[in-house]
Amino acid sequence: MGSLLSRLGLECGRKAVKEEERHLRANDRELNLSYKYSDNAIKTSKYNIFTFLPLNLFEQFQRLANAYFLFLLCLQSIPEVSSLPWYTTVVPLVLVLSMTMAKDGSDDMNRHRCDKQVNNRQVEVLVEGELQSEKWMDVQVGDIVKLENNQFVTADLLLLSSSEPLNLVYIETAELDGETNLKVKQALTVTGKLEDSVEKLANFNGEVRCEPPNNRLDKFTGTLTLKGETYSLDNERILLRGCTLRNTQWCFGLVIFGGPDTKLMQNCGRTTFKRTSIDRLMNVLVLSIFGFLMIMCLILAIGNGIWEYQEGSKFAAFLPKGVNAPFSAFLTFWSYVIILNTVVPISLYVSVEIIRLGNSFYINWDRKMYYPKNDTPAEARTTTLNEELGQIKYIFSDKTGTLTQNVMTFNKCSINGKAYGELLDFSGQRVEINEKTEKVDFSWNNLADPKFCFHDNSLVEVVREGNPEVQAFFRLLSLCHTVMPEEKKEGELYYQAQSPDEGALVTAARNFGFVFRSRTPESITVVEMGELVTYELLAVLDFNNVRKRMSVIVRSPEGKLTLYCKGADTIIFERLNPSCSNLTEVTTLHLNEFAGEGLRTLALAYKDIDPEYMEDWKLRHHVANTAMDEREEKLDALYEEIEKGLLLLGSTAVEDKLQDGVPQTIEQLSKADIKIWVLTGDKQETAENIGYSCNMLREEMNEVFIVSANTSEEVRKELQRKMTPDGTEEPTVKKSRSGLFCLQKTETVADEPVNGEYAMVINGHSLAFALEKDMEIELLRTACMCQTVICCRVTPLQKAQVVELVKKYKQAVTLAIGDGANDVSMIKAAHIGVGISGQEGMQAVLSSDYSFAQFRYLQRLLLVHGRWSYLRMCKFLRYFFYKNFTFTFVHFWYGFFCGFSAQTVFDEWFITLFNLVYTALPVLSLSLFDQDVNDWWSFQYPQLYTPGQLNQYFSKRAFVYTVLHSGYSSLVLFFIPWAAMYDTVRDDGKEIVDYQSFALLAQTCLLIAVSIQLGLDTHYWTAMNQFFLWGSLSVYFAVIFTMYSNGMFLTLTSSFPFIGTARNSLNQPNVWLTMLLTSVLCVLPVVAYRFLRILLWPTINDKVRGRGYKVRQDKVLPPTPRRVQARRTSTRRSGYAFSHAQGYGDLVTSGKFLRRTPKSRPALFSQTDSPLAQTHIVGYSHNTCLIFLYSFCCCDCCF
Amino acid sequence: MMKEELETTNRPDNTAFTQQRLPAWQPMLSAGIVIPGFVLIGLAFIGIGVALFITSQNITVLEKDYTGVETTSDCYKCSNPSDKNCTCKLEFSLSTLFEGPVFFYYGLSNYFQSQRSYGASKDEYQLSGDLDYFKTPISACSPYQYDANQNPIVPCGSLANSMFNDTFKLYQIVNGTKKLVPFDGKGIAWWTDYNIKYRNPSVTPLKNAFNGTVKPSFWSKPAYELDTSDPSNNGFVNQDFLVWMRRAALPDFRKLYRRITEGDYARGLPAGNYSLEIAYNYPVLSFGGRKKVVFSNVSWMGGKNQFLGIAYLVVGSLCVVMSMVMLIVYAKFKFPEDD
Repeated sequence: MGSLLSRLGLECGRKAVKEEERHLRANDRELNLSYKYSDNAIKTSKYNIFTFLPLNLFEQFQRLANAYFLFLLCLQSIPEVSSLPWYTTVVPLVLVLSMTMAKDGSDDMNRHRCDKQVNNRQVEVLVEGELQSEKWMDVQVGDIVKLENNQFVTADLLLLSSSEPLNLVYIETAELDGETNLKVKQALTVTGKLEDSVEKLANFNGEVRCEPPNNRLDKFTGTLTLKGETYSLDNERILLRGCTLRNTQWCFGLVIFGGPDTKLMQNCGRTTFKRTSIDRLMNVLVLSIFGFLMIMCLILAIGNGIWEYQEGSKFAAFLPKGVNAPFSAFLTFWSYVIILNTVVPISLYVSVEIIRLGNSFYINWDRKMYYPKNDTPAEARTTTLNEELGQIKYIFSDKTGTLTQNVMTFNKCSINGKAYGELLDFSGQRVEINEKTEKVDFSWNNLADPKFCFHDNSLVEVVREGNPEVQAFFRLLSLCHTVMPEEKKEGELYYQAQSPDEGALVTAARNFGFVFRSRTPESITVVEMGELVTYELLAVLDFNNVRKRMSVIVRSPEGKLTLYCKGADTIIFERLNPSCSNLTEVTTLHLNEFAGEGLRTLALAYKDIDPEYMEDWKLRHHVANTAMDEREEKLDALYEEIEKGLLLLGSTAVEDKLQDGVPQTIEQLSKADIKIWVLTGDKQETAENIGYSCNMLREEMNEVFIVSANTSEEVRKELQRKMTPDGTEEPTVKKSRSGLFCLQKTETVADEPVNGEYAMVINGHSLAFALEKDMEIELLRTACMCQTVICCRVTPLQKAQVVELVKKYKQAVTLAIGDGANDVSMIKAAHIGVGISGQEGMQAVLSSDYSFAQFRYLQRLLLVHGRWSYLRMCKFLRYFFYKNFTFTFVHFWYGFFCGFSAQTVFDEWFITLFNLVYTALPVLSLSLFDQDVNDWWSFQYPQLYTPGQLNQYFSKRAFVYTVLHSGYSSLVLFFIPWAAMYDTVRDDGKEIVDYQSFALLAQTCLLIAVSIQLGLDTHYWTAMNQFFLWGSLSVYFAVIFTMYSNGMFLTLTSSFPFIGTARNSLNQPNVWLTMLLTSVLCVLPVVAYRFLRILLWPTINDKVRGRGYKVRQDKVLPPTPRRVQARRTSTRRSGYAFSHAQGYGDLVTSGKFLRRTPKSRPALFSQTDSPLAQTHIVGYSHNTCLIFLYSFCCCDCCF
Repeated sequence: MMKEELETTNRPDNTAFTQQRLPAWQPMLSAGIVIPGFVLIGLAFIGIGVALFITSQNITVLEKDYTGVETTSDCYKCSNPSDKNCTCKLEFSLSTLFEGPVFFYYGLSNYFQSQRSYGASKDEYQLSGDLDYFKTPISACSPYQYDANQNPIVPCGSLANSMFNDTFKLYQIVNGTKKLVPFDGKGIAWWTDYNIKYRNPSVTPLKNAFNGTVKPSFWSKPAYELDTSDPSNNGFVNQDFLVWMRRAALPDFRKLYRRITEGDYARGLPAGNYSLEIAYNYPVLSFGGRKKVVFSNVSWMGGKNQFLGIAYLVVGSLCVVMSMVMLIVYAKFKFPEDD
């Protein structure tokens, strides 16, 4: 489905005349048609049968390389200019065009199929007072359609009525925004009355005026005029195409936007086309090559002019044409443009695409990036960015769902001074807990959650023995929370907690025998060790960021009043009864231990309350609660008053489970000199905590800056902390120009040396100031001096801004990784976007370039696939340019021996086939199979990654070296055969230096030399490489013997004039001796240079290869990988790491959201007769309550 | 989008190819390979170089320029292009036996047979005996396609038109009398050219095929009368014509004219005085060209060429020197064992 959506995305952006306002009337087709709104048919395909060829060709010739070849073809049709027969250009061009055409054609066929499938979906439409089944494409604006459960929404509809109470419908918007939770839409009461009466609906003639089509998913403004009265319409009344109806039997809707006007289609704007830096470099190079080509042609043309003037005019007796030197020079210029075109070979682009595609397939095929738990393989969704994966300098990572699993587990606890959850062996040593460790058996508790696991049996023993403290501990956990239970079947409880921490705690209590069963606004029912107990809920003292704690006051069936409180340890400890001091000490010890392991901790306490005091307090609470002014403050004071003198019960430790291998991955990546910034919507404490647990923040760091100021000035001051003693006040900004014709101005903030290790944590509020124009460089400078940067509480927009900032001033390749809809912006902004797949929501994956299921696969993607792709691409480009420059330069030299007449050195067929046949496959196999070192070594030495970041393998400098190298080779390849042949003869006395024999000699020398050079560049000789290399050489010999055979000449006399050349030439020993000499002269200097370079200036790469070589030679075992230390022995307290939001306590007690239990499907407003419910709907934002009920896992989304 | 639990339908195949674990040979430029390699290649090259050099030294070549630039030259009188049917003499003496078989070449300098439009100016179809192209030669032959009267030229094109037309006779002066050295003009062209590439039209007599055509303007005789002594050596399969039509790649070239393999000269040219009679027809002075004759014998490696032998010796020695340098560098900067 996702691919369908993305396909739908291709053909947006066409816009007819701007619509100012949309006006339509229900059930009035005539009027509506008069406005000529788009109907509901969509078309994402580009071509039809007739337009395919012209359109596709037109598109293809817009590409520079193709257009260039077309231009060459035109040149070749001029006989005076044509220095090469037509087929030298046509064969490659046709091959390239038809390959692309086939690909485009099959893509478009798929789009046609999808369009057809979507357009032919059936929906019930109200036509002339009757419901008729019609195709989607026939639905018009103003039609009333009926949707049934689980149907896709046909178009953008105004909801009229539904089967559910209060005219609600539930929709799933996963395809639209990636959120899997259900959302509620509600019809206007006035239209709701229409219900499912066809008659009423058919008579409905409301007029809608609304905004023109746009792409804002969350906004809609319009009015409905019915019987003279005007009702305002907002987003709550609109069902958008792309959603699915859920849990609703039926609903009716009025079509407002159809087909291309729908918000879905409007939204799927063209995805920005990402290009790699190699791409950009290639463009620059190709242009400079063009310039170079022109210079060469100019030199040769001038040479021709001079030659014609000095020699040609006198040679006139033998030459066919009367000569005019300048005109001849002019023609020669173009002739040489044709001949020397091989410097910008068309096959370059095709090969580059093939290589990228191949490397993308490797990613898709990698079993080590396949996640068996949800059967998700890695996917390269963009096939054109691979080599950039080997150049990443900055990674921007989301936290929840990316670094962490977003699964909280109750891991340890400390009750009454005794810690539980740790396994000790007989000698008192800790036992490592892994998947094989025996789990505690909860079968005695038939309400236990089977997924819960715990390893310490002693805790179960104490709770079953009836230890009062332990029991109180779990009772607290089962009472003090805002979780909603759902019991679909008897005994099958589902908790819907607004924060996963709470869910984990209540689940823990449930498994240890204190099962939270149900709640009403006034009571909480708990099954305590098998006994049903109902507590009267007197007050919920809600959580907020300042209080950092929450309490409930309950009355037990025995009439005992108790306050249960849980909260941040520091806050709770301040409010304890002095008698707890001993216990506090022990618990603090435990808390430190827990925090040291990166667990989120909470302290629990309780207090018995005197009923009389309670009466009084409750009265004052009521007064405060209804106070008109300073209500918050008054309530806070009251809460403060009662939450005093608490008795400590213990503490809990919840593990925010990191994904597997996250710390190791981060360590590996930072060894590869990749900077990782965490951008999260989470709270600062949580983010810091995760920073510690995945080793990004470390105890031994010199300082962790926390930037959380509230004004611009303060932020600036906090940012300007000095990390270098001799650091300059102002950041150094290097200005330069780059890109085509140096048109782009770039500014680069230079890296500065830092003494020691620093880290920075900045919150969204400060970030907003820091991202302003005048401070962004300051921010970047400070951030880049830190080892770790964590931005918390950031909005999706800020995420993108941070990425853009780094892109802008660092000129480095960035990668963003995330899993949720809030990461989309940064995924799109970064050079490479990676989506974590296999989780809820598709949005991040849909807009990403690569996707896989686990964060830890990132290291394989970068250190192995990325590095190889980069290496291969660079090798390919270097070699390809070498090969073609050598090929072309030989022609240049020959110009001096043929009167600059644009005579080719080689046989025309050789020119045609050189790139396409003789060298294509060996180069491809080099760039698809080559590995400098295998993946194991890549992981052992992440430093191998750094050359990519520094652009070392292919840059302008490398290109110049390549050109010089091929200049040398071409000199050897032309002048050695020349010197060896010019005054000699064959061993039978016949001449040897006739044009055809010389051509054969020169081309064979060239092919052998470039093949050996290829062999020299190959580090990893698979059977395929061998096969292709030897195969190509043998194909060459087979082809020349075939083409130069009698038969070919007799069939096509004019195309194969080289008859007999191979036979007559290749039996000469001095021909072979010349080939040997040229090959050796081409290759040995390179071998010597490389050998000496490895000895004198070995790169990390050479060292690792050398080591790998030694290992293979000696058959000794490679060193075993060092174990990454999993545990942190830090005493740093994780703050109050509890993702929680304010205000749920109110909701819980207000009773407006409680549902009857058990119920098979969520029916929100079961008490429809209650006037309260009615007022609620008016009074509360739907979003709040829906988030409360349905989005239990979105603690990361703070927008 | 629906996921089936615990199904692994998407699991990629575990093959060496998909997992990039193809078995491979990973050679290194290690000292153990490179340095001995250089030594071996160097020694081999020196060996080949010595062999080539000695072989080349043993080949005798006698070159004589007869363009007639110098006034002392007998051919000076013929250098005026207006002088038709001029003959001149070139005399030389051999002090030792010129070992046979001796090949006799004519050589041209600064002559651009490699010029593109010159080379392209011929009609392959016509030359393979296709009579249709006798009437309408292809346009590439222009301006030697039709003569002034619109008669087709056969063979057309400037390549054929400019055929070399000096003729030579070699005499040995024995006791003051001239003794003709017999020339063998058979089989001097490539077998493929003679048998496949160039064919006369299958019309007898050959002359009839040329009805309605004219000879190239520079030619004194039509194609079917090139060799009056041997009827099978006429038309497009005339050996001299074939040799000429195999155009040279470089502006200085020599072409085989005759072999000296018969009679008293089968073992070579004995020591003595010789006189070469040249029918001087071909004008080259206008474009600064030179004409020469070359006597040469050959070896297994072809004609005399010092370059290859010297190049092999130099490259071989450089390899050996380089291997020494690398050995020294290697000894000094050996890869640190551990890092």
